Amino acid sequence: MSKTYQEINQRIKKGEAVVLTAEEVIDLAKEKGTDEVAKKVDVVTTGTFAPMCSSGLILNFGHSEPPIKMSKVWLNDVPAYAGLAAVDAYVGASEISTVRGFDYGGGHLIEDLVAGKRIKLHATAYATDCYPRKEITTFIDLNSINQAVLFNPRNAYQNYAAATNSSDKILHTYMGILLPRFGNVTYCSAGQLSPLLNDPCYRTIGVGTRIFLGGGEGYVAWEGTQHNPIRERADNGIPLGPAGTLALIGDIKGMNRNYLRGATFTRYGVSLAVGIGIPIPVLDEEMAFYVSVADADIYTSVLDYSVPSRSRPAIGRFSYAQLKSGQIEIEGKKVPAAPLSSYRKAREIAQTLKEWIASGKFLLTEPVRRLPLETTFKPLEVKEE
Amino acid sequence: MAKRRIVLTFPKDQVERPIIYRLSKDYDLVMNILRAQVMPKEVGRLVMELTGSKEEINQGLKYLKESGVEVESMAQDIKLREEDCTHCGACTAVCPSGALFLNRTTWEVVFDRDKCLLCEHCIPACPYRVIESTF
Ligand code: SF4
Ligand code: SF4
Repeated sequence: MSKTYQEINQRIKKGEAVVLTAEEVIDLAKEKGTDEVAKKVDVVTTGTFAPMCSSGLILNFGHSEPPIKMSKVWLNDVPAYAGLAAVDAYVGASEISTVRGFDYGGGHLIEDLVAGKRIKLHATAYATDCYPRKEITTFIDLNSINQAVLFNPRNAYQNYAAATNSSDKILHTYMGILLPRFGNVTYCSAGQLSPLLNDPCYRTIGVGTRIFLGGGEGYVAWEGTQHNPIRERADNGIPLGPAGTLALIGDIKGMNRNYLRGATFTRYGVSLAVGIGIPIPVLDEEMAFYVSVADADIYTSVLDYSVPSRSRPAIGRFSYAQLKSGQIEIEGKKVPAAPLSSYRKAREIAQTLKEWIASGKFLLTEPVRRLPLETTFKPLEVKEE
Repeated sequence: MAKRRIVLTFPKDQVERPIIYRLSKDYDLVMNILRAQVMPKEVGRLVMELTGSKEEINQGLKYLKESGVEVESMAQDIKLREEDCTHCGACTAVCPSGALFLNRTTWEVVFDRDKCLLCEHCIPACPYRVIESTF
């Protein structure tokens, strides 16, 4: 029993496609088996909402009179990178305001822009014959500028290690506030709803895949940075730690603030929480097996963040079912476990995408290029020469 | 048994008097001090929960007022801006009393004000700065 993208899209157009969320399909698989899932279901929708630091926005402001070749750009006092053509810039989600520090950064700027707020643009330049202006201060908003394209080099991590702290000090990390002496554990994945955990070997998610991004439409642009498909995997194909990643692209003009939120990690920095949903076609029984994965079948390691090294020691391995119960056991001690990733929003996203597809307005795309299954994630060595 | 949460402001000259001691001794009230800011020769602030009979509580509050202590009932000290909450659950990682917890069916974060100790640990733990204190 197998289906093609064309057949599935035909059914979507006719309003006949059977679409379930990655949560709903688990129950069907448990009751009727994955062969029934392969027969009955056309598409399974996934979702995730969490801070993803490797995100940012490409902007084109248009030309002023007289024109300027912007070489330094600030948006609401957040520095943007302008080493591109005259009025293009890229602002990273983790860049912080020169005035407000960690209270405001690139992530908050993106949230404000998408919410329709007015943004202060300040730029300086060296004057040239064709671009005589040396400085500009003005206000822009989403409608006044030409392009505002989200381009996120690394999103939607396929699994992520959980964090804890064995030391006597409180730690402020990008995994949240970690209390001393194994006072808590934080984790950051939507687990059974997470996109790349429902297509662990990247059979259907590839370059060109149309997705839900920030409340609007986006695309998978490439493999994400640090893409590490060769991570150790369980028998079900699911990586046991951080593995694949996605680079995503999409016009923020169709997005909304519910799914793009500036975030501050106290004494660490700023970020952008991104809402992502990816549809997975149930092409055959293998895909039916993958999309039926449940939290109890997905494992990750808990790392000790008190060791400030790139290879932090692992304290143990736990399933998302254990983590999501709110408590795990470390060295005989019951430790509360809390998420950083919003499962409620992940659910909302998978549900929204399901409605888009069921109503016939969102068609699936066949990837134009597969994501690599072989690349490795190399460390950076410090060399003398 | 009744419970009252109150904020006490002690004038400078009252900070060193054993007012709290009298409160428990003479009015038989159980006091749970939630937060204290008392420095010698400065204005002091105390947030506490009184447990006792209604009558005893009222008597105790009267005594406090007569001693020159300003008494306010505590209302909405910790505030969670519902409309901006992402329900991520990050705040639950640091809440020592279980006042903030995840409903594991709806996956929404719930704030149970009665359990809140006003420790404010949750404020810097919320990445979206949705939790505020009105202390
Ligand atoms: S103030 Fe303390 S006890 Fe109250 S909700 Fe926040 S962390 Fe929990
Ligand atoms: S950390 Fe903030 S946004 Fe997340 S659930 Fe708590 S209050 Fe809501």
